[in-house]
Amino acid sequence: MAQYQLLMQIMQLEFAALELNLFLDTHPDCQEALAQYNKIHQELMQCKHAYEQTYGPLCNFGFSPNTGNYWKWVETPWPWEIKY
Amino acid sequence: MWVYEKKLQIPVRVCGPNPRLASYIITQYGGPEGELGASLRYLNMRYSMPTNKAKGILTDIGTEELAHMEIVATLVHKLLEGASVEQIKAAGWGSHYADHDKALWWENAAGVPWVAAYVSATGDPVADLQENLAAEAKARAVYENLIRLSDDPEATNVLRWLREREVVHFQRFGETLMDIQEYTKQKKYY
Repeated sequence: MAQYQLLMQIMQLEFAALELNLFLDTHPDCQEALAQYNKIHQELMQCKHAYEQTYGPLCNFGFSPNTGNYWKWVETPWPWEIKY
Repeated sequence: MWVYEKKLQIPVRVCGPNPRLASYIITQYGGPEGELGASLRYLNMRYSMPTNKAKGILTDIGTEELAHMEIVATLVHKLLEGASVEQIKAAGWGSHYADHDKALWWENAAGVPWVAAYVSATGDPVADLQENLAAEAKARAVYENLIRLSDDPEATNVLRWLREREVVHFQRFGETLMDIQEYTKQKKYY
């Protein structure tokens, strides 16, 4: 279940980033939110990098690497099929 | 430009096949207050907004709504998974099965298809943002109806989370409306 735990961590970080993003859209000079946003961005990038190295790409169109000799995008489970 | 991320915004679990609940939840896929209408309403309104802040919030909330459409789709898909035709018929959703089998379709809980008339765009930023506040309030109310109808605790958790997002979006649109009202005063539009 290591994959699920890492995916959960990515979901949590990304949700925090999204929520701060919406807040910053209407409070663009809030220094506290800006600092939190940048901190979460760093953590999120680290988690995504770790996840993608082991389990395959999260994003399409060049936003994720494809390691190995097979196009993993079409191999890993689709979000609506995962049994959480 | 949009980039797909191969994950849901939150995990979606259900307790088992439940075609009756699926037939209710489908309204948040393609009903009048559903997520398809929400995402298209906001993404479409961006082009007539006068401020960068308003264009930003509409882009970001419109994009989040696309992720919510995927969550609702997953709920319906999982609630139909493993359901027999007999169960679907007994649940009163044989009418959906006749046209769509277990495929998803944009319809309300009574099977009425999604129409663009659910979405408004007047080009008046104050009127349009007030439409968005109403849309978020109505979507929240529909999620509350669905929570009362739900007999699946796992699905209810997802519905509760989606309901909370409507509350946050309402807040952000309210702030955007205040900002636009300030902007229109400065420009002496009235």
